Amino acid sequence: MTTTKSKPAGESTVHLAAAEAFANSATGPEWLRTLRRNGVTHFTELGFPTTKLEDWIYCNVAPITKLAFKPAAIADANVTAKQLAPFAFPGWTGSRLVFVNGHFSPALSLLPASQKGVTITNLAAALASGDKVAESQLAHHASVDGSGFSALSTAFIADGAFIALAPNAVAAEPIHLLFVSVPGDAANTAQPRNLIVAGTNSSAKIVEHYVSLGGAAHFTNAVTEIAVGEGANIEHAKFQEENLEAFHIATVQVTLARDSRFLSHSISTGARLARHNINLVMTGQGVDCVMNGLYAAGGKQLVDHHTVADHAQPHCGSHEYYHGILGGSSRGVFNGKIFVRKDAQKTDAKQTSRNLLLTDTATVNSKPQLEILADDVKCTHGATVGQLNDEALFYCRTRGIAEVNARRLLTHAFASEIVNRITVEPVREHLEQVLWARLEELIEKK
Amino acid sequence: MKQPLIEIKNLSAGINGKQILKGINLTVRPGEVHAIMGPNGSGKSTLGYVLAGRKGYDVTGGSVTYDGKDLIELSPEDRAREGLFLAFQYPVEIPGVNNTYFLRAAYNEQRKHRGQEEVDAVDFLAIVKEKMKLLELPEGMLKRSVNEGFSGGEKKRNEIFQMAVLDPKLAVLDETDSGLDIDALRIVAEGVNKLKRPDNAAIVITHYQRLLNYIVPDFVHVLWNGQIIKSGGKDLALELEEKGYDWLIGKNGK
Repeated sequence: MTTTKSKPAGESTVHLAAAEAFANSATGPEWLRTLRRNGVTHFTELGFPTTKLEDWIYCNVAPITKLAFKPAAIADANVTAKQLAPFAFPGWTGSRLVFVNGHFSPALSLLPASQKGVTITNLAAALASGDKVAESQLAHHASVDGSGFSALSTAFIADGAFIALAPNAVAAEPIHLLFVSVPGDAANTAQPRNLIVAGTNSSAKIVEHYVSLGGAAHFTNAVTEIAVGEGANIEHAKFQEENLEAFHIATVQVTLARDSRFLSHSISTGARLARHNINLVMTGQGVDCVMNGLYAAGGKQLVDHHTVADHAQPHCGSHEYYHGILGGSSRGVFNGKIFVRKDAQKTDAKQTSRNLLLTDTATVNSKPQLEILADDVKCTHGATVGQLNDEALFYCRTRGIAEVNARRLLTHAFASEIVNRITVEPVREHLEQVLWARLEELIEKK
Repeated sequence: MKQPLIEIKNLSAGINGKQILKGINLTVRPGEVHAIMGPNGSGKSTLGYVLAGRKGYDVTGGSVTYDGKDLIELSPEDRAREGLFLAFQYPVEIPGVNNTYFLRAAYNEQRKHRGQEEVDAVDFLAIVKEKMKLLELPEGMLKRSVNEGFSGGEKKRNEIFQMAVLDPKLAVLDETDSGLDIDALRIVAEGVNKLKRPDNAAIVITHYQRLLNYIVPDFVHVLWNGQIIKSGGKDLALELEEKGYDWLIGKNGK
């Protein structure tokens, strides 16, 4: 195991100085400036997490601290629409907000037709216009001190997506948020800060999509906060396909009010190191949420999912399905926490984590973590790690399908089980294309 | 007399060194339906798996000549491509694989093997719809994942549906009747009967005589302790129904 100092202050000096400089100079209302300074303070205390911390035991972020830290101040103006073509969803009719190195690019974006009660814009614009929803909700869901990364994100709050749905508003089309990193001399770090606030009985489908242009190393430190109001229904899909040198650290923090529905997907194929925190907190009764996840990794990739289903109230259901496909010498980490608080009777929580290892050198660490303080609950969890099912392979072969093709078919099927849960067809189609290509690479290289 | 489609000679086989089949002899010619009956544990399903080429089922003696070829030398997929079909006792669920997609992949692998052109999705759908009527399958079943969440009866019907599409020369039906209610049994059996032609054959492995009320066999064989201890015409099945197996087993003194 790598030995790291408990407080790698030396390694975060550069980051701290940059954060201080930004927080002191960036404009905005007083509450926002205070918030940023608060981020700086926490980052000073926390620094970057080390593998001595339980939540980071398999996720060594030291290479991030060694990467030059060049946060982008503005969107790179040289990016063309043509360069983004590979990241378009086939037959997409919805809107697309493009963020280059974390900053909104109006030129590359397709804004939706205006719709009553539906605000789809960028955070910088919302802050500049003094949006009250942004003020009352920003940083009210994700903790500033969850880790050094969330503190750093807070210190650098500037831009990202801002979506607000008034009560009963139903977004007419799904919303594509495309985060493009263009590592270069001026910038290699993007820290988008997204805020989604769904009012009572509102509904929307949102896709957060992370990509790179070029193959150089870069760092994404993203935080998305989602507040789902009473009876609201939100589908949130996150797809990370950054280049294989990238470092991707992201938190999706969701607060779920009474009787709300939340469907979460996390699909991760890219980045040298990807860490996804997905935290769902059920603050009202009758919430129903589903967390789907799929990661496909090879080479020396590390992909780490830490999820939380926090049942703070009775009569809530959370169902979690994570699949991993690991080739090369890659490592997959799944840590699924389920908290059932004292009053959360009649909780129905289910968690499954299944992993397919394509090589002897790939590893996976799958850990369910259940803390149950109520007594009348139904909680189940299961984890499997292994190879393809022999019986299914034989079945395919008895139908004339060659063994190599049967393996391919079953590996793809294992991924499809998760992808098929996404309800937006163009997104599924895009994912299938990218995933298929990636899986073929993993199967070929073994 | 027609050339045998399959000729099993003194076949011995086992799993993990445990001998299960102890010298099976069976010849099936085109146009024939053979029933293999026997109590649980007599080796019926093992015979099906050995013929289909399941890993771990090792042939330790004897030979199987299928359509002029040494069957044991062929991989499971090549056996299928040569027209051998095993309908599973417990069909396997494959979540994430669309039933139609799966079947077209199988169909095209078999066509490629025969030097025929692959069939595209549109043409294949036409073939499939034709065969679906045969088994009274709901169209929704095509869109579902292979066997996933199917009832016992649906799984068995799906097996015979696959058989109808793949059109094998020799079908081995392993306990296709088990777990079926009488309506499902009738549909499955009628499906099998409609597929019967002078140039194909079936080996029907079953525990109960009732399937043979619907699929009338030309020959009935009793398997016990890894050997065929009695062969006869369709009346043998009725006799077994009436008297059970004990009188035969007793006679063989094993």
